[in-house]
Amino acid sequence: MQPTTHAFPENARKALSDERLQKVLAIAPAGFVNRRKQAADRLPEFEALRDQGRDLKNHVLANLDTYLEAFESKVTEQGGHVHWCRTDQEARDAILGICRKVGAKTVTKGKSMISEEIGINDYLESNGLTPIETDLGEYIIQLRREPPSHIIAPAFHLSKADVEGTFRQAHTDLPADRVLDEPKVLIAEARQVLRRKFQQADVGITGANIMVAETGSTVIVTNEGNGDLTQTLPRVHVVIATIDKVVPTLEDAALVLRLLARSATGQEASAYTTFSTGPRRPGDLDGPEEFHVVLLDNGRSALLGTEFQDVLRCIRCGACMNHCPVYGSVGGHAYGWVYPGPIGSVMQPALLGVKEAGHLPNASTFCGRCEAVCPMRIPLPKMMRHWREKEFEQNLQPAAMRRGLALWGWFARRPALYHAATRMAVRALGALGRGKGRFASLPLAQGWTQHRDMPAPEGKTFQQMWAEKKLAEKKGKR
Amino acid sequence: MADTGSARAQILGGIRKALNSAEGSEEARRRLATHPRNLIPARAQLPHDRQVELFAAMATEVSATVELLGGMAEVPAAVADYLAGLNLPAEVRVAPDAALDPIPWDQRPTLTVTKGRARDSDGASLTGAFAGVAETGTLMLLSGAERPTTLNFLPDTHIVVLKRGQIVGTMEDAWDRLRAAGGADGGRGALPRTVNFITGPSRTGDIEMRIELGAHGPRRLHILLVED
Repeated sequence: MQPTTHAFPENARKALSDERLQKVLAIAPAGFVNRRKQAADRLPEFEALRDQGRDLKNHVLANLDTYLEAFESKVTEQGGHVHWCRTDQEARDAILGICRKVGAKTVTKGKSMISEEIGINDYLESNGLTPIETDLGEYIIQLRREPPSHIIAPAFHLSKADVEGTFRQAHTDLPADRVLDEPKVLIAEARQVLRRKFQQADVGITGANIMVAETGSTVIVTNEGNGDLTQTLPRVHVVIATIDKVVPTLEDAALVLRLLARSATGQEASAYTTFSTGPRRPGDLDGPEEFHVVLLDNGRSALLGTEFQDVLRCIRCGACMNHCPVYGSVGGHAYGWVYPGPIGSVMQPALLGVKEAGHLPNASTFCGRCEAVCPMRIPLPKMMRHWREKEFEQNLQPAAMRRGLALWGWFARRPALYHAATRMAVRALGALGRGKGRFASLPLAQGWTQHRDMPAPEGKTFQQMWAEKKLAEKKGKR
Repeated sequence: MADTGSARAQILGGIRKALNSAEGSEEARRRLATHPRNLIPARAQLPHDRQVELFAAMATEVSATVELLGGMAEVPAAVADYLAGLNLPAEVRVAPDAALDPIPWDQRPTLTVTKGRARDSDGASLTGAFAGVAETGTLMLLSGAERPTTLNFLPDTHIVVLKRGQIVGTMEDAWDRLRAAGGADGGRGALPRTVNFITGPSRTGDIEMRIELGAHGPRRLHILLVED
């Protein structure tokens, strides 16, 4: 998928004036927020589990080589194969190679953000294979040829009427006069259509929420059951996962699972949590004959030992975007690539470069809600700040912005001058705006006044009031 | 094809360089060998009777149905009545699992019972379970020659026979039982190909965030909780 992250300001403007999208965004994130809160409140140990989750992932990252080797040796012991891949291209080639070797034509897919990251669908298609997304949301957006707008709810931006239109266009072998007015009916139709695809598929590709070093297992967490059909019915099961998904033991998987569903959907547990270990065993009546794990780095190991290492603790629950006022205003597509929201604002500069994705870490008020809900306590705002510094260092901002920042910096380092200037500005603005008490437009501040009035300052500056308050306290003590 | 040999060396080399570790860590190897528990919530740390109650309550909360039975002899009637109550055909595909052999199917000759992996045409399946996890009302099912995984996902209706004694507090307790059973994979200590943790029937919220049951997997999950 070609990133359009560099166009974030235009993307965001478009999203803000998209009434249909704004209607969805006004309701949907709040649903996630409420459910997560209920689930967290119901488990008294939730905050302590978050601490342990953070510590566990830090331990994993500090011993990543050992755990990856242990994982690999267990997969091999069970008759599976691990394909180490440095780049997205190597991962695409590895998967295509597996498909070619078994003469695959149709490939079913469970939901996987990494498969979006490497753009596997387009690649398989251009090589003559037919990839079919089977997660309902992913299926819908695949038919529409759109990218996902949320990491756990990919069709989050669509209404049921949109889905109806999409199904009518795609499922032309079904009667045109059928009624498709309820989610229940739409789901039943997708189920019926996809059942046939599951049976036809030669290869099933899933992601992995977790890899377990102790046993060589990969774990998927789903609600629909599509991931399980994807990995049980075809002859070959391919798992695509990145190196940061490994945990040491089954007990450690249990810890991550207690945090994941609650943070993502507010469920106590997702409907299906499935541990897959190797191919089917002698005598088994079903299950894949081959088990492959495509183990991808794609820039992650380069983050170890840097100020961005902590982002590798992410378990992709989506809580940060559900709670983000910026995501809540512009939705996922504005971010222009695979990972939206605060995690995207940190990951996309790492994966695409600051030049392409530098707008994202700037599109934040640093309100801190993302960090407050992150199950792995990733300091997302701090990392966005690091990216802003990198952007400045690399001289990537427009000249006017750099000059503005330099000017502000010059004043900020001279407190007496700074205070005098702000006092003057406040007095001048206060005098100008006395009539209405607000400004409908202000030079240099259109970014604000285009969307709302700027209140006219009243009385003193914050610094003045603070100084007076301190002085009064001192006098009071005497 | 990617040259995965040199990719492997390069990825691991890069990690070791960043971590300053030459040959892996003893601490990590110890953790793998001893698999220590993390914090276990208090919720399911209860006497066994209360764990059974918690299991039933949590499973019901996620739209599974739970029926208490006095023994395996009551299973055929319970299955027949359950299917009849939903106006479903009196047919069930059963796992060829020795643990289910005590079920006297011949007591209900009107119920058609076949054994094997799931076929497209199967409307209802019946399987055993390895454990029930009280904390979340979750069933734990293992794959194996006698326990085809397709039975857990293809039919519209999934009926699971769970013995009271199989209910444990937490996922960690269930792993301990599996380890004690030698991984339940021919005693090789490895996990079976598939371990399914199932919490309620299949569902999706992908259309306008409204939860609907029966997305791809079973629309109904009926648990027969049988006295030991």
